[in-house]
Parts: sequence; C-alpha cells; structure tokens
Amino acid sequence: MASLKDIQLKITGIKKTEQITKAMNMVAAAKFRGAQERMEEFRPYAGKFAGVMGQLAGMVDPNAFPLMEERDVKKSMILVVTSDRGLCGAFNANIIATAEKFLAEKRSEGKEVAIGCIGKKGYQYFSKQDVEMVIDITDCMARVQMVDAKAAGKECIRVFLDGQIDEVHLLYGRFVNVVTQKPTLKKLIPISAADLSEGEPAEEESGPKPTYIYEPDPEEILSILMPMFVNVQIMAAMLETACSEQAARMTAMDNASRACADMIHELTLAYNKARQASITAELMDIVGGAEALKG
Amino acid sequence: MANKLNLEVVTPTKLVVSDEVDLCTVPGTEGVFGVMANHAPILSTLTIGEMHYDKDGNIVRLAVSGGFVEVSSNRMTVLAEAAEISEEIDVDRALKAKERAEKRLQEALSGREEIDMARAKAALARALTRLKVAGKMS
Repeated sequence: MASLKDIQLKITGIKKTEQITKAMNMVAAAKFRGAQERMEEFRPYAGKFAGVMGQLAGMVDPNAFPLMEERDVKKSMILVVTSDRGLCGAFNANIIATAEKFLAEKRSEGKEVAIGCIGKKGYQYFSKQDVEMVIDITDCMARVQMVDAKAAGKECIRVFLDGQIDEVHLLYGRFVNVVTQKPTLKKLIPISAADLSEGEPAEEESGPKPTYIYEPDPEEILSILMPMFVNVQIMAAMLETACSEQAARMTAMDNASRACADMIHELTLAYNKARQASITAELMDIVGGAEALKG
Repeated sequence: MANKLNLEVVTPTKLVVSDEVDLCTVPGTEGVFGVMANHAPILSTLTIGEMHYDKDGNIVRLAVSGGFVEVSSNRMTVLAEAAEISEEIDVDRALKAKERAEKRLQEALSGREEIDMARAKAALARALTRLKVAGKMS
C-alpha cells in the first residue's frame, strides 16, 4: 500500500492538473464564443453569395467556364482543414481518419491523390505520410483570415486549371452543436451548376423570379465570382473548423476536469483509510505497551 | 416607406450597413450608378471605389473593394470583400499602404513580373479610395 506521503503527493499533482484543465475549459469557452460569432457573421455573406451564384449558374453554359469543367478524374485532391493545436479530444483524429478513408478509396479506384493542409495538425500528420502535398498553410486557425483562404483557393484553382488535378474536395470539421462536430466532405472544384442551384438558398421569399439587368453580362460576372466563390467556401470551412475546435476542446477539457475530480475523490478515500489504519496501529501499540507494563 | 430602399452592405467579417435609404451610389465595373427605390432588378460587379448613400439628407460615404451588388424588389445588397464607413477608416494604415503600393509599383516598373504590377495597382487604388473617403469627411 502506498504511504500517506505518496498519496498526498499524488492528490496535489492531480489538483494542479485539474486547475489547468479547468482554466483551459474556460479559455476555450471564451474563444468559442468569439469563433461562433465570426462564423455567424460570415453566414449572410456566404449564403447570399451562394444564392447569386446559383441563380447565375442556371443561365449560362457550364462548358464555357474552365472552373466548371468536369473531366475524367485521374488525380484527385483533398483539402483538409484541421486545427493548429491539440488537446481537443478526437477532433483532429476524426478529420484525419476521414481523409485517410477518402485517400484509400480513391487509390483503390486506381486514381492518383494529392493533399492540401490548412492547420498544423493535419500538416504534421500528412507530412509524415507518403502522399503528395500541394498546399500547406499552418498557424492560421487562431484567427481565421480571408488572406489564408484566398491563398489556399488560388492554389487549388491553379492546380486545377493547370490540369495537374482533376477534382478538389474540401474536408472540414462541421459544427453541428457544442457536443457534436462532424468531419464533412464537400466538392470544391469543378463547381457544378446542380450543386449551386440546390445549395443554400438566399433568405428571400421565393416569388416569381425577377429579370435582372446584368452588368457586365452573366458570363463575365460569373467568371469573376467563381474564384471568389471557391475562397468563400474555404473561408466558411475554416471558420466552422475553428469553431468546432474550440467546442471540442471545451468538451475534452470538461471531461478531463471531471476525471480529475473523480481521481481526487478516490485518492482522498484511500488517504483517509491509510491515515486511520496508521492511527489504529499506533493505538494498538500504545495499548499493548500499557498492558505489558501492568504486567 | 414605399419610396425608401432597403440597403444592406455585407462583408465577410460583418454586416456593415442595414438601413432604409433614399439613394445609393455604387462603383460598378461598368461605371458608377445610383439606385433609388423601385429600381429595376440589377446585378453588377463592383470595382474598388467610393460608394455613398443618402438617408434623409445625411450622406454616408464608404470605401468598398471587390464583390458585387444585387438589387431586387426594393432591396439592395452589396457584397464586398471590404467596406468601411468613412469615420471607421484607419487613415494611418491607408497612408502606409499607399506608400508601400507606390514603392512596389516603382519596382514593378523597373522590370518585374506583370502580376506584381496588377496587385500593386489594386492595392494603391484601395489605399487612395480609403484616403479619399476618409478625407472628405474631416
């Protein structure tokens, strides 16, 4: 049985750990609120954008746009959005597992694969794997910025238009609610007209469709908006992932704090038992001694 | 109410303006145009420039860059990559950006890639617009 001092030491250690996990939980909660706010502020922009894209896409000839060109897929790419930091439970592991599954699937179909990483965790994992990495953007999740999304979007578009890659998928941690985050796969390029028109509808009431004056013509507007749309989608994915990360961390740290409390409780019991045992032993000694003296 | 236009200016980071206005003028790629209530539906891309709107005689100016504008059924939505109301413009930052862009433009002129040139020009245009919009108010 461990000595009293050992147990005491252990309890102090766990109490310190608990303090840290509790503090991390609170920090994550505060950051989560910020991340959620940013995500929600972005939503009207993204929704409106998707609405207009959908409306335009229905009017034009998809073959006229290189970014909408459906090719025979020889090489496909997945853009994985993870967090920069760990200690958020299985959040990143889940995303990476989904990515691995995707890669394995494509490989079994005899296709070549490539990967792009946004966020350090994914980068750390995939840089050790045998897979070609096209994009690596790290240290960007603490404060998600449009420049990072733009950089990633530009690169995706470049490799697609160059003909190196025939399709780009986007994988991110979708935020369902505080306890659930779901790795979600989405096709990024080529942009398909069907996806667009059934995509997030603009919040307007659906009346008879007005005929618009287009300035410049729809084709030209669309060719300007398409690259922006790719960026917008990446940005949205990054914001969601950032939000999910903090939510996952909150849950993970909450569990850790609870586990600490349980352990402290058990150890305290053990400590009290050991203390009582030693007192009893001492008493027995004294009583035994006194009896012996009486003779 | 019938002769007011519902204006919303949205950027990736926030809803900049949501208001009922009398007139709104935006820098379209094909030229500056003004929109009043009951305007025909229009969809236009935006260039870097100044937009302003008039609400009960008060004129508010904004510096916008990139994006597009949609008008339908008395609602006008401006989706810009960036939009700042004149009072919120960071003049120091814009000044610095202007200097930087001018320097880069000089370098580009002395024989560098074409792409540098386009970016520097855009940066300069953004900085100048911000300064113009901010300066007018003070």
